[in-house]
Amino acid sequence: MPDSPALEITGLVKRYGDRAVVDGLDLVARAGQVTAVLGPNGAGKTTTVECCEGLRTPDEGSVRVLGLDPATSARDLRPRVGVMLQDGGLPTGVRALDMLAHVARMYASPRDLGELTERLGLGSFGRTTVRRLSGGQRQRLALAAAVVGRPEIVFLDEPSAGMDPQSRRAVWDLVRELRDEGVAVLLTTHLMDEAEDLADHVVVVDHGRVVAQGSVGALLAAADDRTLQLQASPGLDTAALARALGDGLTVDEHVAGTYAVTGTVTPRTLAALTGWLAEHDELATRITVGRRTLEDVFLDLTGRDLR
Amino acid sequence: MTATTTHPGAAPTWRRVLAQTSFETRAILRNGEQLLVTIIVPVLVLVGLTRGTFVDLDTAGESRIDFLTPGILALAVMTSSFTSQAIASSFDRRNGVLRLLSTTPLGRGGLLAGKVLGVLGVEVVQIVVIGLTAVLLGWRPDPAGLGLALVAVVLGTGAFTSLALLVAGTLRAEAVLAVANLALIVLAVAGGVIIPASRLPGPLEHVALLLPSGALGEAMRETLLHGVLPPWSVVVLVAWTAALGWGAGRLFRWH
Repeated sequence: MPDSPALEITGLVKRYGDRAVVDGLDLVARAGQVTAVLGPNGAGKTTTVECCEGLRTPDEGSVRVLGLDPATSARDLRPRVGVMLQDGGLPTGVRALDMLAHVARMYASPRDLGELTERLGLGSFGRTTVRRLSGGQRQRLALAAAVVGRPEIVFLDEPSAGMDPQSRRAVWDLVRELRDEGVAVLLTTHLMDEAEDLADHVVVVDHGRVVAQGSVGALLAAADDRTLQLQASPGLDTAALARALGDGLTVDEHVAGTYAVTGTVTPRTLAALTGWLAEHDELATRITVGRRTLEDVFLDLTGRDLR
Repeated sequence: MTATTTHPGAAPTWRRVLAQTSFETRAILRNGEQLLVTIIVPVLVLVGLTRGTFVDLDTAGESRIDFLTPGILALAVMTSSFTSQAIASSFDRRNGVLRLLSTTPLGRGGLLAGKVLGVLGVEVVQIVVIGLTAVLLGWRPDPAGLGLALVAVVLGTGAFTSLALLVAGTLRAEAVLAVANLALIVLAVAGGVIIPASRLPGPLEHVALLLPSGALGEAMRETLLHGVLPPWSVVVLVAWTAALGWGAGRLFRWH
């Protein structure tokens, strides 16, 4: 089947004790695409990825990586799958490039180490032991180790964690290049800009389930298209304002003096708003109309509570 | 083993295992603390006990160096296959190294093979260094026992590597650090390694002979002093390897 997905997860359940960390998750990732699994901490992202990597065995459901079950076909899959763990997994006592060369020896035809070193800027710390590398340097080395074997699918668990902007740029460029070469890339992140800039397909996960998915554009369109924010004196009558705006819009004062208008914001909404303010002799200090960002969608889907 | 099964993309099995073996060996020999415990301490104990007269030893008519060297070699085997391996594996486990390497074509089996062979690699260095030091101090082992002593080393390595992996796979890294060092000291003093079980007080004599440490110590002394491998030691070491290996296989946690 030419169009069979690189990764297909159906009804995945994984429990730690009584607690289902992944609870009926479905996900598809395709070759030549970057699929971002976006979710708050504890949403089950890492556990899901570990089930795909063969590091954990699902309690229920099925996982197919390149058409194979990672639990039973690990030997066939390992040469074809690249893995970057969240905690790195790099031995601390060896030099950075010795580590990369060691991983490369596991493959029949690894990537050219010189080129990879250059691409990810590993040369400057190649002779430094892993223990003494910065977070961003370790991440770049871990990414190099994940792709050195020319994988058909790579799993990157929070690849940008702890990275400076330059490192991130280098990593993103490499991820895009992998995608263009036809590699399926699955990355987990809680960085909105990473998902927005990089992903062809975003899967929002919370409490072990998929709560929304689609392209970034589709996710933004599916949610209310525009938002309107108003700053004025605190304590305005939000119910009266909402009535004046009509169209089923709602007005909330989340922070004293800052009001969010949600619903379908049209040019008429803006006219009605300023009219109502003039009527009440209220001078707005700021009115912002804007597209919603992925962050807004994400917070709407997963809630604003700290956890 | 289905050695002919090809896995496109992966390097041949022997090359992966060889790479991991040399990686493990170098990691141990490059680490200062590991070098101290596996090479320097046994050499110091050897020189100290041979030259120093502060410990009164009944050497049963043998020269002091001939009597002590087999036990020191047994101690060295324990440091590399147990203490050093347990500590290295537990920290690798905590840092995710074992998980990462197990996702490469090396796999879990290759990782284990690399570890065991890596220990044997370190032991080659230990035996050469300690053996040469002992020879310089006048050691003259029974030539008939040299081959059998290597068999004893392999059997002891099996038992102690299994123990190391059991401990490393079930306890926290900090706990392993404490347990592995403490167990080494206790077994070295009271486990029939350097001091033969027969010289230990009371019931300890019988206990020590059932321990892998006592069995290995006996096997090294009997082979290198008299050229015979005691069957009882073989039985004890094989039984410990089977039991500890089974336990490690069942209980080892990768996370």
